[in-house]
Amino acid sequence: MRHEVRFSGFGGQGIILSAVIIGRAAVMYDGKYAVQTQVYGPEARGGASMSAVIIDDEPILFPKVTVPDIYVIMSQEGFEKYGASAQEGAVMIIDSTLVHSRPACTCIEVPATKEAREKLGRDIVANIVMLGALVAATHVVSETAIERAILDSVPKGTEKLNQSAMTRGFELIKERGQSA
Amino acid sequence: MQGNIACAEGALAAGCNFFGGYPITPSTEVAEHMAIKLPKKNGTFIQMEDEIASMASIIGASWTGARAMTATSGPGFSLMMENIGYAVMTETPCVVVNIQRGGPSTGQPTMAAAGDMMQCRFGSHGDYSAIALCPSSVQEMYELTVKAFNLADRFRVPVFLMADEIIGHMRERIIIPDKVEHIPRRPLAPGVLPFHPEDDLVPGFPEFGKGFGVHVTGLTHDERGYPCATNPKLHEQLVMRLYNKIEHARKEIADYVVTNPDAETVFVTYGSPARSVEQVIHDAAGEKIGHLRLKMVWPFPEHAIAEFPNAARFIIPELNLGQVAREFDRHTRVPVIQVPKLGGDLHLPAELKKLAGVAA
Amino acid sequence: MSYEDWFRQDRLPHIYCAGCGNGTIINCTLEAIDEMDWKKEETVFVSGIGCSSRAPGYIVTDSLHTTHGRALPFATGIKMAKPGFHVVVFTGDGDLAAIGGNHFIHACRRNIDITVICMNNQIYGMTGGQGSPTTPVGALSTTTPFGSAEPAFDLCELAIAAGANYVARWTSYHVKELTKAVKVGMETPGLSFIEARVQCPTNYGRKNKFKQVLDQVEYLRSHSMLRQKYLQHEERGEPVPDATIVIGEFIKRGRPVMGLPR
Repeated sequence: MRHEVRFSGFGGQGIILSAVIIGRAAVMYDGKYAVQTQVYGPEARGGASMSAVIIDDEPILFPKVTVPDIYVIMSQEGFEKYGASAQEGAVMIIDSTLVHSRPACTCIEVPATKEAREKLGRDIVANIVMLGALVAATHVVSETAIERAILDSVPKGTEKLNQSAMTRGFELIKERGQSA
Repeated sequence: MQGNIACAEGALAAGCNFFGGYPITPSTEVAEHMAIKLPKKNGTFIQMEDEIASMASIIGASWTGARAMTATSGPGFSLMMENIGYAVMTETPCVVVNIQRGGPSTGQPTMAAAGDMMQCRFGSHGDYSAIALCPSSVQEMYELTVKAFNLADRFRVPVFLMADEIIGHMRERIIIPDKVEHIPRRPLAPGVLPFHPEDDLVPGFPEFGKGFGVHVTGLTHDERGYPCATNPKLHEQLVMRLYNKIEHARKEIADYVVTNPDAETVFVTYGSPARSVEQVIHDAAGEKIGHLRLKMVWPFPEHAIAEFPNAARFIIPELNLGQVAREFDRHTRVPVIQVPKLGGDLHLPAELKKLAGVAA
Repeated sequence: MSYEDWFRQDRLPHIYCAGCGNGTIINCTLEAIDEMDWKKEETVFVSGIGCSSRAPGYIVTDSLHTTHGRALPFATGIKMAKPGFHVVVFTGDGDLAAIGGNHFIHACRRNIDITVICMNNQIYGMTGGQGSPTTPVGALSTTTPFGSAEPAFDLCELAIAAGANYVARWTSYHVKELTKAVKVGMETPGLSFIEARVQCPTNYGRKNKFKQVLDQVEYLRSHSMLRQKYLQHEERGEPVPDATIVIGEFIKRGRPVMGLPR
């Protein structure tokens, strides 16, 4: 089963890292194939950034995402640039704190930035909340795989915070019984 | 693992112990990774003041016996050209990694291109031959970097690893082998003149500090290494030897992959467009579509064209205006269809399917 | 041993013009090296392009005659890869201060443990006498036919500002002093920069009214002023003539050094 996941937000939210973590989870812990790519400009902070990951049971030949079936959108500009054209059958997970538009496809609203700020005390883990929600909603990788990949990828000393962020993401989906 | 990191890891596995570089997008991760890893392996990492100095530093290091490398992109590659010629003339083994981006000039620093393929072949002044490898996966970033070091030491030339931003920045699964092949530099035999070639036209290497007392100059020189820049015959002999030591090995060192050799429609690729073509062939499994994937573009393996005796058309998608397609075209009478692409996007499988006449 | 043991006898005759000052500087350098007791197989000479840069070709050690202006980054690569080597760079004013200016300031900044000897003849000698960054204001050259209008570089002050540990200037007249300065430079860890002002009778002297080689050497002698004396003048607010060549040791210090044996 091939999944094409596209992440978009603004620089500094950890958009590229999110795709790297998902790819790592798929390859290292679920025994699948994955290719991660990105589009970025000169700005390290701000602007619309996009990263993508393809996950497949078979080796991946064409490495670029063309028609994503899953979107993770974390900024309004990111939505307009990389999310608005989503196909009908796609699933879009949106950070409802920061994105006010809604797509024509299935949309799962996750107040990730609000949750990260209020429940976890740090905006910076909003992308990990989104990753938790993404996995709980789509099962694109397993929950144990994403947890291990997150722990591999985050700075030392922040493991607990990131684990809580991921769990919060799981819960937000499970609480409302939303799954795609 | 990211392509650029795989390149650095391949270099370390090959025994690279000197890196001189200057940061430039999209190649910088190679330098950053070497900066972390080399000191731990008792090697030297140095950030030079520009790419001219970077190229100079690795040539200097190479003469002390080091396996030396630099990595760059776009404008940095242009700045290296003079000293690349020096490495050619002085027969200095070294590896130059170019993670190609859109040009001319500053162009598209963060987007992929293959616009430097002719520059790596002809970019420095004067006549010479060159070896250029083109990876199309993260795995090959690792493997071809190892190979680049072995070729550099064997032929005593700068070897180019010509990747592009897509391969350099892409992350995918890689299997790192326990051991890699290591072809050592052949030392100069005692009593032999320092630039006297052996049968393969390559002289033994008179490493600095071993008592050879060798004079190395970019001037036209005789077998002693002494300048003789106004002797037409010696100049011709030297340049022809530098040229032929690679040209004579063209068949032997060629590195390409043939898929469906009896096909009539044949794609020819190197670098990231290979991935688009592999997708096309995978999706159209019922139809016979050929693929010649070049892992080594220079010296150009023209004999590989004969691997496709039924070819009625060659389709060559490139991230430039047809630099390698032109070279290909002059070796065949079969029609060559160029599929140039600028801007940084990769050829979509759908557009290539259309050209190949298969259903999307 | 004598300095003559360092010459590559089978390379003679050399390319330098009669009366050229470069030979003097090479002799002084080899004399200093001989006193240092360096092993030939551990000594490497590096140079760029120009008359001065031909010097390594006449010396028996391993040597790298490189591209124009780039001797210092080549030398940096050698020294960083093999810190046990003694690395000496021969360069000229055009090579070092024009095309290689950026490499010069960065080599000084790194304070890499090499010795740099600049034969400053104030002209591009090898290509026929064009103006260089050290050509004095008013001097004639093929590219300054009406007299140079650009201010000249003071290479020693540049090296000091950029961070070299040892800086000195002498001339081809001051053979003993120059030899000693080269030796002190070689003994001092870090980048040692020794500027040697030399006569170029063929391309500078002829255009600038020096009829004889000795006229130019005499000019170097008579216009030289020891740095201590120059500083006294400066302190007292007394002007010195524009053409004064300040000679002597400029600085000897212990900034952190790159490229020492680990």
